[in-house]
Amino acid sequence: MSVLTEVSIDTISQPANDHLHGDLLEISMGPHHPSTHGVFRMNIVLDGERVVKLKPVFGYLHRNHEKIAEHETYLGSMPYTDRLDYICSITNNWAYALAVEKLAGIPVPERAEYLRVITGELTRLQNHAGLIGFLLQDMGASGTPLMYAFREREKILDLFEALTGARMMCNYMRFGGCRRDLPSGWMEHAQKVVDGFPRFLDEFERLLRTNEILMARTQGVGIVTREQAINAGISGPMARASGVNYDLRKVDKYGIYDRFSFRVPLGEHGDVYDRYMMRLLEMRESLDILKQAMRDLPSGPIMDPNTKIRNFRPKAGEAYGRIESPKGELGFYLISDGGPNPYRYRVRPPSLINLTLLEQMCLGHNVSDVVIILGSVDIVLGEVDR
Amino acid sequence: MDEQLKSELRRQGVVATSLQELYNWGRKSSIWPLNFGLACCAIEMIATTMARYDLARFGAEVFRPSPRQADLMIVAGTVTKKMAPQVVRLYNQMAEPKYVISMGACAISGGPFKQGYNVLKGIDRYIPVDVFIPGCPPRPEALLDAFLMLQRKIDEQQLTGPARPRHLQAEQPSEFSVPQYSEHDLVPTRNDAVWHAPLVNISNAGTNESGRD
Repeated sequence: MSVLTEVSIDTISQPANDHLHGDLLEISMGPHHPSTHGVFRMNIVLDGERVVKLKPVFGYLHRNHEKIAEHETYLGSMPYTDRLDYICSITNNWAYALAVEKLAGIPVPERAEYLRVITGELTRLQNHAGLIGFLLQDMGASGTPLMYAFREREKILDLFEALTGARMMCNYMRFGGCRRDLPSGWMEHAQKVVDGFPRFLDEFERLLRTNEILMARTQGVGIVTREQAINAGISGPMARASGVNYDLRKVDKYGIYDRFSFRVPLGEHGDVYDRYMMRLLEMRESLDILKQAMRDLPSGPIMDPNTKIRNFRPKAGEAYGRIESPKGELGFYLISDGGPNPYRYRVRPPSLINLTLLEQMCLGHNVSDVVIILGSVDIVLGEVDR
Repeated sequence: MDEQLKSELRRQGVVATSLQELYNWGRKSSIWPLNFGLACCAIEMIATTMARYDLARFGAEVFRPSPRQADLMIVAGTVTKKMAPQVVRLYNQMAEPKYVISMGACAISGGPFKQGYNVLKGIDRYIPVDVFIPGCPPRPEALLDAFLMLQRKIDEQQLTGPARPRHLQAEQPSEFSVPQYSEHDLVPTRNDAVWHAPLVNISNAGTNESGRD
């Protein structure tokens, strides 16, 4: 097929006159592939079954997010941010709201900050639960782990639906607060979900943490060293699995994260196993934060009363708002020229930047390892291609 | 066959049926979808197959990664102009009889991203669609409803006669030309065999019949 000619075989050095080596093989993985987490394509050059070159091809889900946002009003972009990283819409809303609040100097009431932490950490729980399910599915544990993970995810989606009206596209944050206060009975329901969640984690860890097949498949595969992670600008659980102690909730203390006590789990080896364990450990810390936030939730308004909804025009200037999304540092960079829509709107997507080391991670491994390495990076194509 | 006689026989423990009913019953009860997700809707599609909504109740839990083994393509998500050729190619590679569910606003019309320069304004421009599900994203219940609707459609198929479905008519095309991503847009911009631009009645324009003046 003509599409395969983008990788030139000539650039790969091949041992001369070595009859034990066969020809190199080029394969195109994706955009339709059951394990590429969306429409992602990799052109891979194989020597036998070992990867000697890998080139990602992006853009199959490029939906013009940034260009559309520059023509929308500030508030009009909020529903579009849901569809960036479509698994965790609330953290996307949060990062965007944070950027606009910085730009326009809007304060956020205390209750709204607590609601943001509660919904944001619930989002992290359901993202990580889904991710480990997908990762194990990629490894060949067909069905069961994903079923368990989605069973827990559905419980959290029920909470989102009761609060925001939508399962996935929550559109919950507003500049200067949140859209809606908790409905009656929500807190008791959420408490039940949070209290029941450790049981799922215990079950998952008991089943799989020391599973021989899982360890053989993941340990020593797709290693990212600490230096590589820092140089490539990798963030989130992937950087922490390589031992980089960088969590924006601790570093930036945005919102009210300085009020909660929680630990930042760190990995040692930076392989797929560490990245898998990182998600399990982070879920336990998220549960800790949730317990504290739900205990301390104050009463009061959920919206800053002085923020204009209609005819919202922040003064000229620029702002960068960032949060620790479940996938890493999610940032929004906005330039305002005083008009009703941003002059420039830029998203710093964690998934895309975490993908920059994909080739280095995959070199020398098998094709089946490429699948789990990609799975452990935790990409969402809506955010990679935007 | 006479319905009364049929129910009478059923009371006696005898099932009488026609070949057409048996054929349609077998078809509709084992629709294997293509394991093919494009964007946000794919997550809801996966949620539909999981324990709570359990698509397996309708005989459709076997998601096949290969189009050769699949009966149903669920176009779940935004089809960009870069992706549209692969979607049409996958459709061509599926064996007849094949069905398409267009899931979500993006697959129907481009949805919220319709104004974007890289988004296809509906997959029905290139391949025939059997069921459309609105929503952004549609709930799993909506996908289940679409499945039931597709099952009803298959149940009503005639094996003979002029109204028989496409896969039983040798002269009907089952593959369409794959659009190419060229310099400015996809070429061709639409498949005339399946899509026609909506007709606008302009005969009343300029007259007073609209009641405005």
